[in-house]
Amino acid sequence: MCTLEKRGNIFFLTLTGDDEHRLNPSLIASLRSAISEAKSQSTRGSALITTAHGKFFSNGFDLRWAQAAGSASGSKDRLLHMVDLFKPVVADLVSLPMPTIAAVTGHAAAAGMMLAMSHDYVCMRSDRGVMYMSELDIGITIPDYFTALVRSKVASAAARRDVLLRAVKVKAKEAVAMGIVNSAHDSGEGAVEAAVRLGEELAKRKWDGEVYAEIRKALYPELCGLLGLANKGIASPRL
Amino acid sequence: MCTLEKSGNIFFLTIAGDDENRLNPTIIASLRSVISEAKSQSTRGSALITTANGKFFSNGFDLKWAQAAGSASGFKDRLHHMVELFKPVVADLVSLPMPTIAAVNGHASAAGMILAMSHDYVCMRSDRGVLYMSELDIGMTLPDYMTALVRSKVASAAALRDVLLRAVKVKAEEAVAMGIVDSAHDSREGAVEAAVR
Repeated sequence: MCTLEKRGNIFFLTLTGDDEHRLNPSLIASLRSAISEAKSQSTRGSALITTAHGKFFSNGFDLRWAQAAGSASGSKDRLLHMVDLFKPVVADLVSLPMPTIAAVTGHAAAAGMMLAMSHDYVCMRSDRGVMYMSELDIGITIPDYFTALVRSKVASAAARRDVLLRAVKVKAKEAVAMGIVNSAHDSGEGAVEAAVRLGEELAKRKWDGEVYAEIRKALYPELCGLLGLANKGIASPRL
Repeated sequence: MCTLEKSGNIFFLTIAGDDENRLNPTIIASLRSVISEAKSQSTRGSALITTANGKFFSNGFDLKWAQAAGSASGFKDRLHHMVELFKPVVADLVSLPMPTIAAVNGHASAAGMILAMSHDYVCMRSDRGVLYMSELDIGMTLPDYMTALVRSKVASAAALRDVLLRAVKVKAEEAVAMGIVDSAHDSREGAVEAAVR
């Protein structure tokens, strides 16, 4: 499942256990609840770091659970169900009133890669683990909000094509070059430490969380449209 | 006030206001008038170079004038007024029938950075001055047309996030690497000369 801890100004959201952290309805609900908790406790100078235990950050939706429906239409329904349940997680992260950092300590595939990319910054270990949009290889199309997220965050047309249409498995250093990840680190601990340093640096600026969230949403209008997120203006400055 | 001079085919718009070249209603009106003058005199082969003197290109809207309204709602109204008045300046530059170049001589922040980025090309001095979208640090969201302008001109998603969501202060060389500025030069004169060339 996942846990939320607070250390100083920083919220740590951890996907626990040594498994693949498959995004099934339970884990998705647990994520939503933890993110909502962080939001309710947020103040100026808060930040969120999301990380995971074990070999995987998250290997995507729980396709075995979908298949266990026992029929082709049953599997499709279960998959669509997870797609629908996960959309608010992305929406909650994109509207979270504090900077967000994903410390990617292992493989992040499909919805798992989307979870990482829903954060403002990504610090990834370079010794192990890949980012991988597996949908093409598995033979399923990609939900509209996934594609919009990739299009918002990956500027290079060639990189987007390689990620979505060539299903490349990208290690951290290559991900940095492609603009998908901000920094690569020698180990899982290194990635988490870098995330903490960055989180503390951002937290020091003591930004108004609501203003931060509104500016973030304004950067990604297409994605926000698909997520059902509206924008508003705020002008209550401290001068 | 802002002045317009013509030298050969090139119009030189010099921003002149208070020492920070703050964009208050008077300066904004002056800008509109000067840009309109350049448009009316434009011919084939015209070009516009916008620059300023001193430490600032422009430090953005005149927030002190907005504060002088004396209340939170008065502040909001005056700020909104400047946002609305400035929109046609951006529109006029984006629709100007000649190439436009900003020769950034000093700090350009918030609406001042938007003014620079409303030009087709930006030549910036590298020895002094930063580009800086200060809104997040001040605690205000951005007008929609400003976010749209930055999104239009800055291709890199990471640079976009750093400029707007991390409120980085960017010197010329870094701005070139981020794709915000076209060229960096040793001095103000260097930037203006490059703009002229």
